[in-house]
Amino acid sequence: MAKKIWIVLFISFLIYSASVYTNCDKKAETALNKEVKKGWDVWQAKNCQSCHQVYGLGGYMGPDLTNTASEKGPEYMKGFIKYGTGRMPNYHLNDDEIESLLAFLTWVDKSGRSAVPEKAVHWTGTYIIDDK
Amino acid sequence: MNTTLKIYTGFTLALLLGTLAIGLVASWAFLYPEIYNDYIPFYQLRPIHVSMALFWIISGATICVMNFKKEFFSSLFGSRLESIFIYLWMITIVTILVFYGFKKFGGREYWEFPPLLSLPLLAAWLLLIVSYFTDWKKLPGKQPLYVWMWSTGILFFLITFLEQNLWHIPWFRQSFLREITVQWKSNGSMVGAWNQMIYGTALLLMVKMSNEPAIARSKKAFAFYFLGLTNLMFNWGHHIYNVPSAGWIRHVSYAVSMTEWLIFISIVQGFRQKMDERSKFRHLIPYKFIIASEFWVFMNLLLALFMSVPAINRYTHGTHITVAHAMGATIGINSMILLAAFSYMLNIHSIKEEVKKRFIKYYWLSQGSLMLFWLSLIGAGIVKGYRHTALKIEPFQEMMRPVMSVLKVFSYSGIGVLIGLGGITFILLKQLKRERVAADISKPSKLYLWKQESR
Ligand code: HEC
Ligand code: HEM
Repeated sequence: MAKKIWIVLFISFLIYSASVYTNCDKKAETALNKEVKKGWDVWQAKNCQSCHQVYGLGGYMGPDLTNTASEKGPEYMKGFIKYGTGRMPNYHLNDDEIESLLAFLTWVDKSGRSAVPEKAVHWTGTYIIDDK
Repeated sequence: MNTTLKIYTGFTLALLLGTLAIGLVASWAFLYPEIYNDYIPFYQLRPIHVSMALFWIISGATICVMNFKKEFFSSLFGSRLESIFIYLWMITIVTILVFYGFKKFGGREYWEFPPLLSLPLLAAWLLLIVSYFTDWKKLPGKQPLYVWMWSTGILFFLITFLEQNLWHIPWFRQSFLREITVQWKSNGSMVGAWNQMIYGTALLLMVKMSNEPAIARSKKAFAFYFLGLTNLMFNWGHHIYNVPSAGWIRHVSYAVSMTEWLIFISIVQGFRQKMDERSKFRHLIPYKFIIASEFWVFMNLLLALFMSVPAINRYTHGTHITVAHAMGATIGINSMILLAAFSYMLNIHSIKEEVKKRFIKYYWLSQGSLMLFWLSLIGAGIVKGYRHTALKIEPFQEMMRPVMSVLKVFSYSGIGVLIGLGGITFILLKQLKRERVAADISKPSKLYLWKQESR
């Protein structure tokens, strides 16, 4: 009996995983171009996520950067990335790296909003967020 | 315990010491980055701390499984593979730490090392799997629940580890939402995987201490195992409630998470029985850690249940409440069970009376300071959630100002956690050096236990 339950669960897990992979993003994709990919690699190599969150995920020392591009603009961000602040370290990045980081963060920004508006909260406690 | 396993145990306990010490320094770097940025910045300390913590837990879990499974199944071939696993695993962990020392990162949450280092970890785990399952196949009769749990944990660690690395296939990175969904799907389930190994060990310890094999055979225990497995597979979505991926992912995981109330209710119902049990076994040191872990399950489950309601998660997500949840569970639950198992394996009862007294003092210090540590993280999270989500205060530093004050309490209480758990770890390390350890493994009584169980 226990074995059967296990197998049924496991198969459901496989099917669920496959449908998550293929169906989780129903938006029209904005292609990942070379510049964005390079920025993403710099983001990872410099470990920006140890202090910053994207969609609330990451370390908590700095602010969430999901929508900074649209809320404050790339020029504003550039200042922080280029010089750091007392709290954020100066990475001494070259202009190329900075431009690609900005391209990456702008691309991330287009994927959606990190903050959930109050009106998206359903009475059952879940959210109904526009995922088209 | 053979020499290799002994070395591995010492290495793993040293990882715990490192986690504690670096954790404390990381908290200072968080509070005073102006001072630390030039020497050892937070973005370097955090990965060292978090990787050491995760490797302490995963390695500790494998030690428990490898050590206790020998009572039931083992072979020369299996032990050889295990030794290779151990050395490859340890060397890779050290290499990862060296890379962090040179600021070489892979920059993904919890797995912040350069991705190539995943390869030796994967190779090592495959060896462990082959060794475990070739011996496991020969097991007679119906298996007790802890063997199910170990097998599940070992297998799902592999699955989630592979899933964690799917981003190397370019298709996954074509969409940011897909990438982040899959990343947190695997991260969330991986925690469930090591919990299976660790909870399985806790169950075995209870069987051993109470001499009641039936508890690992009961229908109710199996029912809760399946509930846990379902949650491992489907409840990870609470990490990404706010991500605008397909809505059904959110709803499924919300619904599945709420089934954990059943676990919570069962804990409350079993409370009286627990009190009887406590009076019987209180004198046993491993049991003390088991009781501590059960207390922290209660506290963390309650917190997790609230965080799993999206409407509440809206305030808690992205705050130190998440850190309270992560460290509350890894220290309060996982580390306590591991320390129970390690004290058992290392025959902690054979230590001198005065050392035992000191051990128990450290124990209480660690529990008390962990409570303050945990509450202050929750406090910091509530303040941030309110100021950020409700009041929408800008700029960031202004919003964070009172949060930083609460985090000072967190940092101070970390000193207590460090002394408490560090003291315990030192005594265990000394005992490891002294003891031929776990001499009880091949005693006939244990074989009798197995026979009785497999009826
Ligand atoms: C040691 C922690 C730390 C690391 C690592 C770090 N930052 Fe920051 N960052 C901060 C803090 C803290 C702030 C808020 C400004 C302040 O308090 O000085 C900030 C602010 C920012 C801002 C401005 C956001 C706003 O809304 O005002 C941007 C953009 C930014 N960081 C980008 C990056 C990038 C890109 C990286 C990686 C190359 C990075 N940061 C790495 C700590 C860090
Ligand atoms: C002296 C005690 C400790 C201190 C002061 C400490 C401090 C910290 C700090 C400052 C962070 C970073 C939080 C952030 O990103 O803002 C952190 C994260 C973490 N720590 Fe600890 N730590 C301690 C002990 C431990 C132990 C013993 C474990 C596990 C065995 C552990 C597991 C973790 C985990 C898993 C995280 C990641 C949390 C997340 O961001 O989700 N810590 N710790």
